[in-house]
Amino acid sequence: MLKEYRTVREVAGPLMLVEGVEGAKYGELVEIEAREGDQRRGRVLEVSGDHALVQLFEGSAGINLGQAKVRFLGRGIELAVAPDILGGVYDGLGRPRGNTPRLVAERRMDINGLPINPWARDYPNEFIQTGISTIDGLNTLVRGQKLPVFSGAGLPHAQIAAQIARQAKVLGAEEKFAVVFGAMGITFEEANFFMEDFRATGALERSVLFINLANDPAIERIATPRMALTCAEYLAYDLDMHVLVILSDMTNYCEALREVSAARREVPGRRGYPGYLYTDLATIYERAGRIKERKGSITLIPILTMPEDDLTHPIPDLTGYITEGQIILSRELHRKGIYPPVNVLPSLSRLKDKGIGPGKTREDHADTMNQLYAAYARGKEAKELAVILGEAALSETDKLFAKFADAFEDRYVRQGPREDRSIDQTLDLGWELLAMLPRAELKRIRDEFLAKYLPTPADSTAAQ
Amino acid sequence: MSVGGRIVKVSGPLVVAEGLPEARMYDVVRVSEAGLIGEIIEVRGDRVSIQVYEETAGLGPGEPVVTTGEPLSVELAPGLVESIFDGIQRPLNVIRERHGDRIQRGVDATPLDRTRRWLFAPRVKAGDQVVPGDILGTVQETKIVEHRILVPPGVSGRVVEAAAGEFTITDPVAVVERADGSRVEVAMLQRWPVRKGRPVAEKLAPTEPLLTGQRIIDTFFPVAKGGTACVPGPFGSGKTVVQHQLAKWPDADLIVYVGCGERGNEMTDVLMEFPELRDPKSGEPLMKRTVLIANTSDMPVAAREASIYTGITIAEYFRDMGYSVALMADSTSRWAEALREMSGRLEEMPGEEGYPAYLGSRLAEFYERAGKAKVLGSDGRLGALTVVGAVSPPGGDLSEPVTQNTLRVVKVFWGLDANLAYRRHFPAINWLISYSLYVDQVDAFLREQYGEEAVGLRQEAMALLQEEASLEEIVRLVGVDALSAADRLTLEAARSVREDFLHQNAFHEVDTYTSLEKQIRLLGAVLAWYREAKEALAAGAALEKLLKLPVREAIARARYLPEHDAEAFARLRAEIASQVAAVREEGEVVA
Repeated sequence: MLKEYRTVREVAGPLMLVEGVEGAKYGELVEIEAREGDQRRGRVLEVSGDHALVQLFEGSAGINLGQAKVRFLGRGIELAVAPDILGGVYDGLGRPRGNTPRLVAERRMDINGLPINPWARDYPNEFIQTGISTIDGLNTLVRGQKLPVFSGAGLPHAQIAAQIARQAKVLGAEEKFAVVFGAMGITFEEANFFMEDFRATGALERSVLFINLANDPAIERIATPRMALTCAEYLAYDLDMHVLVILSDMTNYCEALREVSAARREVPGRRGYPGYLYTDLATIYERAGRIKERKGSITLIPILTMPEDDLTHPIPDLTGYITEGQIILSRELHRKGIYPPVNVLPSLSRLKDKGIGPGKTREDHADTMNQLYAAYARGKEAKELAVILGEAALSETDKLFAKFADAFEDRYVRQGPREDRSIDQTLDLGWELLAMLPRAELKRIRDEFLAKYLPTPADSTAAQ
Repeated sequence: MSVGGRIVKVSGPLVVAEGLPEARMYDVVRVSEAGLIGEIIEVRGDRVSIQVYEETAGLGPGEPVVTTGEPLSVELAPGLVESIFDGIQRPLNVIRERHGDRIQRGVDATPLDRTRRWLFAPRVKAGDQVVPGDILGTVQETKIVEHRILVPPGVSGRVVEAAAGEFTITDPVAVVERADGSRVEVAMLQRWPVRKGRPVAEKLAPTEPLLTGQRIIDTFFPVAKGGTACVPGPFGSGKTVVQHQLAKWPDADLIVYVGCGERGNEMTDVLMEFPELRDPKSGEPLMKRTVLIANTSDMPVAAREASIYTGITIAEYFRDMGYSVALMADSTSRWAEALREMSGRLEEMPGEEGYPAYLGSRLAEFYERAGKAKVLGSDGRLGALTVVGAVSPPGGDLSEPVTQNTLRVVKVFWGLDANLAYRRHFPAINWLISYSLYVDQVDAFLREQYGEEAVGLRQEAMALLQEEASLEEIVRLVGVDALSAADRLTLEAARSVREDFLHQNAFHEVDTYTSLEKQIRLLGAVLAWYREAKEALAAGAALEKLLKLPVREAIARARYLPEHDAEAFARLRAEIASQVAAVREEGEVVA
């Protein structure tokens, strides 16, 4: 029988101080009975002598210092897992939600996981075709990568994430595939959009959803991504599945973390976020990856909304330093009515070089990718210049580049939410657009590829 | 050697313990039954604060703490090269074999293999007098690294015995008799505390460039052997690719790569790629001269703080053998953040942005361990340790404390620029803000090796790029038409310098490395076109025709020419001359 304490001395914000505790351990799970039938959970943040500082996941409303009973469970926070977890919908702390049945646990896993030994990691290099040209062609996603979507309020990040979840496949492979969705503080509508989309495509049976909505307890969100990733690790390494994890919205997660940090009166880092935000985020993101001699993999797509579209805000900034690239959405393209509004120039996939090329996509992929980037960047510059000085001020070549930039946005970036382009279609489209430019300007492409793939002027006029 | 203490407080990686009266600052302690490794970072009365290098979840008051009475040290002996260690020198490959894919807690593994036998060839014989730093003998550790076994500090006298043969690192390989008649058995294995720099006989000023095969670095902003450099840049600007390139291609004898709080997959990348890539000098796999220290961002934060010291101590050890060693630390910002986190938990008064007030002095101390030196030993060997630190400024803002404190001590600044990266101009080193304070020393070297022309090329190209920057201001205001033909030629030439010379593709098999010799030829060709076109323009040739010369495409592709094909470049130069001359004649006829 666990010892019960009625020695809560202080409750402030999401924190609670318990005195006279024996044998409390750092990080252990705590059960609080605020009154009869009101069970809550918490986690030990600090132990000092016989004092334990506890973080309350479900908030402190209604806790009475005299009445509350506290039990220290002697273990960390765990997630019960079993193959039946697939198809389930759980809350942010892993309890069944709606009509999901209670799981008969095969085993329980600590949600904090353990760091992967770098020596055990296998380098991600299997190309995932998402059917979205701006990702496949320019910011290639590979299995085991962590590639976030940096979005802003009102941008269609949910649609893009759902499209990736729907279309993602590894060419020439039939393998067990699952989606784990972790929602932190998003609205019912957004969560519902994902559920409906998964349901419509029949993906729900091979999905697990952990849902903490905007009106659910904010501190609970700190556990949600870890729940989702623990579940993903179970599916990937116990059941040999390839798992795609979508976490939305990491901004809400970071805010919950800030709330706890502020309540503890810690020295803040930038913008009030705790100094350990980088380390904390890393322990989430780094759980993606591949491990040698294991069949499964975890590919992670966290979504975050940048406050004021500010890329230098600590959340996108620290995320970008940990993840293997980023897909940035552009409000400007969105206003132009272009879907998906991927801001190509600052977007990046760091692992693309290992996932493309002969045998994976096509031999000309790397060169055309570099060339498309360089040409689009030059075209955008020319267009900016033309705004100030008028088109007449551009040189002939720059005019061509400006025209190229427009065509690129209109044909390459733009596609339908249900349009699933194969990698060959994407690459050929790239060549078609590059044919608009003088051959001498295509410096980043090797001669042999120019000779083999560049459409002749006759082809390209026909195509236009 | 140890008296038991007890934990009284646990707060993240910080543990406070009581009852360790013999505790000294920076001593290593073992925490709890699991034996987690920690280091004492504060002593206050009876209470000591310990930073624990492993995850502390599950620890609580009352658990035991014992001190080992020794500071954090590394093991130095054959077996270092080709290894991968964590921040406190535990071998990650051994840990995986024993404990699986994840790093468990309280894992204990000796850094170096105690059972492997190395073929030791003595360089001294009985009767020789030796002093600390003298080479006792050598072990061919890998095909390219000859591991020199040195007389340890504090040992000098007459060699009584030095045996050839196969030994483990703990077997004695020599016996030295001191002046007082006492005898010391010397084994290959030595230990050194990581926070203390290894001594040298004399520090010297760096003179030679560290050639990296990266054009913008070698030609424009060189770093000297024994120098210090930093690479700050926002995320996505290619810091890590630059660091990897620097770890791959420099003409150093040994590379120590410290992955400090960075991505796990980046270390995997190094682990997979380095055994495949070949050193241009020796033709052997790069891994055969590399030591890796990996403390990835998901590994415990306190060990991150230790990792760069572990790395630099290993690097100093190889420098002491008389080698040129290069150390890459990616990224020092993560190290500083670990410092900040511990400082915050100690409730120290914060300096700027929450960093401790001693951030600047810690950084300076670290970089000052670099240098060229006459190392210990009676033969006057020279060694050099070059340190390159990546910095990850939040939001790309260079005014933040880590960047600023780093710039105060390093001599080379390679400023990465997100805008260049967006245009896929790599390496995205901004030529207008970067600098190298080794230019004068390196110029002297260039002059000696390649003649005056080589020195002039850089100045000419740099002037061209500066001019481009000011001309672009004008273009932005009034358009390109307002420029004279000569200015437009300048713009084109600057573009050619950027695109045909500075831009370098790290993933292209030829372009990834360019020898200094080829760099000079390549830049020579780019500038030859400019000079001759300028003269032709003055003589009345048409600008449009000069810009559209077919030879310009050949210049753009010259970077893919083979390394030592001097003739190809000579043909290119001849072609430039003849094509420009043809346009010039046309112009003169019209005029």
